[in-house]
Amino acid sequence: MPQGDHIELHRKRHGYRLDHFERKRKKEAREVHRRSAYAQKALGIKGKMFAKKRYAEKALMKKTLAMHDESSSRRKVDDKVHDGAIPAYLLDRDTTTRAKVLSNTIKQKRKEKAGKWEVPLPKVRPVAEDEMFRVIRSGKRKTKQWKRMVTKVTFVGQGFTRKPPKYERFIRPTGLRFTKAHVTHPELKCTFNLEIIGIKKNPNGPMYTSLGVVTKGTIIEVNVSELGLVTPAGKVVWGKYAQVTNNPENDGCINAVLLV
Amino acid sequence: MEVMVEGREVSSSNTVMCLLTDPEGEPLGAPLYLPQNAGPPQLQEIVNKLLKNEEKMPYAFYISDQELIVQLGSYLQKNKVSVEKVLRIVYQPQALFRIRPVNRCSATIAGHTEAVLSVSFSPDGQNLASGSGDTTVRLWDLNTQTPLFTCSGHKNWVLCIAWSPDGKLLVSGSKAGELLTWDPQTGKQSGGPLLGHKKWITGISWEPVHLQAPCRRFVSSSKDGDARIWDVSLRKCVICLSGHTLAVTCVKWGGDGMIYTGSQDCTIKVWETSQGKLIRELKGHGHWVNSLALSSEYILRTGAFDHTRKTYSSPEEMKEAALARYNKMKGNAPERLVSGSDDFTMFLWEPALSKHPKARLTGHQQLVNHVYFSPDGQWLASASFDKSVKLWNGITGKFVASFRGHVGPVYQISWSADSRLLLSGSKDSTLKVWDIRTQKLKQDLPGHADEVFSVDWSPDGEKVASGGKDRVLKLWMN
Repeated sequence: MPQGDHIELHRKRHGYRLDHFERKRKKEAREVHRRSAYAQKALGIKGKMFAKKRYAEKALMKKTLAMHDESSSRRKVDDKVHDGAIPAYLLDRDTTTRAKVLSNTIKQKRKEKAGKWEVPLPKVRPVAEDEMFRVIRSGKRKTKQWKRMVTKVTFVGQGFTRKPPKYERFIRPTGLRFTKAHVTHPELKCTFNLEIIGIKKNPNGPMYTSLGVVTKGTIIEVNVSELGLVTPAGKVVWGKYAQVTNNPENDGCINAVLLV
Repeated sequence: MEVMVEGREVSSSNTVMCLLTDPEGEPLGAPLYLPQNAGPPQLQEIVNKLLKNEEKMPYAFYISDQELIVQLGSYLQKNKVSVEKVLRIVYQPQALFRIRPVNRCSATIAGHTEAVLSVSFSPDGQNLASGSGDTTVRLWDLNTQTPLFTCSGHKNWVLCIAWSPDGKLLVSGSKAGELLTWDPQTGKQSGGPLLGHKKWITGISWEPVHLQAPCRRFVSSSKDGDARIWDVSLRKCVICLSGHTLAVTCVKWGGDGMIYTGSQDCTIKVWETSQGKLIRELKGHGHWVNSLALSSEYILRTGAFDHTRKTYSSPEEMKEAALARYNKMKGNAPERLVSGSDDFTMFLWEPALSKHPKARLTGHQQLVNHVYFSPDGQWLASASFDKSVKLWNGITGKFVASFRGHVGPVYQISWSADSRLLLSGSKDSTLKVWDIRTQKLKQDLPGHADEVFSVDWSPDGEKVASGGKDRVLKLWMN
């Protein structure tokens, strides 16, 4: 352990050695050679570690150099005319850059497209009943087989209470119940986590629709009020349809595209 | 029972001691006994007689900030006001003319290829100009409702446009920082661009016509933190008003020859116009100052033009008429300034008298984007991002009413020339017309397909123009 800053003290009293800076320069000049010699010599994990460290150093150096270049070099001002003009009172606010603000101009474009019910997934694989439901045996001897458990993801409304066991033919397991969906806006290419309002249609049949089963291709209604859409009359739109694009029972989440 | 009936009869034949005062609180003569069956028409006659008005003016009467509609006696009974005290009745002159509310869209004129950022009627209401994100200024023919001229020359979005108060020139400022002047008769650019600002233009205000007759000077504010006074005939910047440390958001040229600038550095500065000296600094806001409004702003904007559609042959005549109008509107009260800010409040100032605010106007739950005095200066309206428009007393700054109905942030407001109606444009793509008297929604005007960025009510009251993100200009009529 050093007991004092003797070198500093000496330098303070007598100054640097006469050849101090010369030596320092030479040492620094030799450093690169020493390094390259080590780089060539080092093998195995040591070589790898050295290379990685050196790479990081170099990348950092390049970045700093580029940064300094930027401050000194004169560039042409960005005077291009951008799209999406906004008035002066909104220019300093970042509200408009948020993807949540949907423009009605996009909606207009959508209107021109033919067919309102043209959905992104026109065909779905039919799901057989025995895949959709699992038979539950009941009764003292487990001989009765009238109960079914839904094996797919379901949406259950907020005010739902289960029926007494005697009358409950379909069990919708709580672990497979969902209330939210990741909905992608196709034009904006951004995704929102929106609340599900209801199931509009399950392509596999009206019974699944009424049970609230969500499989691939199901049309769900989602709450888009936080997207800030308005009708031409100036009212807030809050329910919109979306189609499920994944197999929720496999993925553990519901992904959907907004129908526009 | 007998007593009750008798009491009522006594009260109806009784008199009440009243003191008529003007909105500033100055009493009109001594308190006088008025019969309790006197209503607004009788009061109007008395005021006209006492003021010795040659032609009869309409008045509205207010008792403790509530409009008197019924007879005095029934008002006393309803509100249980003591008959023993002197009843203060405030009389407020109303406009002689009445403007009908707009209720239909008369034309949707396409033309701009980008969002319409600003629309403005000329002071005489005969011309309409709009500035857009497609870098052009367009002038529109109001009679045929068709495009008249397309003025291209800007390098970037046209953010602000302003008509000179004599209607002879139009100046526009762009995002690139240059200002161009246009001749509205030919649609041609007059002279080259006025360069000087380093960033985009946030506001333009002309020198009032009663100070200088052919309009020459105007002031522009910019994001770069400066305001500049330009001379149109010399075609250069006369004075640069620098002092703000952040972007200047709003500039107004007052009727007493002072320039007010509001800035993002939370201050409002008052400048003198001959040498550009700083006179006052008004501090108080805790966040950006977004918008300024003057009590005489409407008169300054319209200059010599009023509802009678008089035309003036010489600038001197115009100057005189404008001065007369200004003095009549101003009365003997100082000019009032109101500032709306990002800190959700507004301040009412009397910059000529003191550097302290006269009142602090609180109530909005989001930033205040636009403030505007009514043409007669009695009211003050504020548009906020909390989806409401609020109405305040323009003299005391007391809260009067809140207009709710928009479902998106309200961007801009505009008054009708008679101060009886208020128009608001919002992000929810609608315009709404509000009635000041009933404090209710008068008319809902849907039609735009997207956000409404700019609205303007023509000074002659016939038309309303609005422009927004859907790139069309809409004209509304009744």
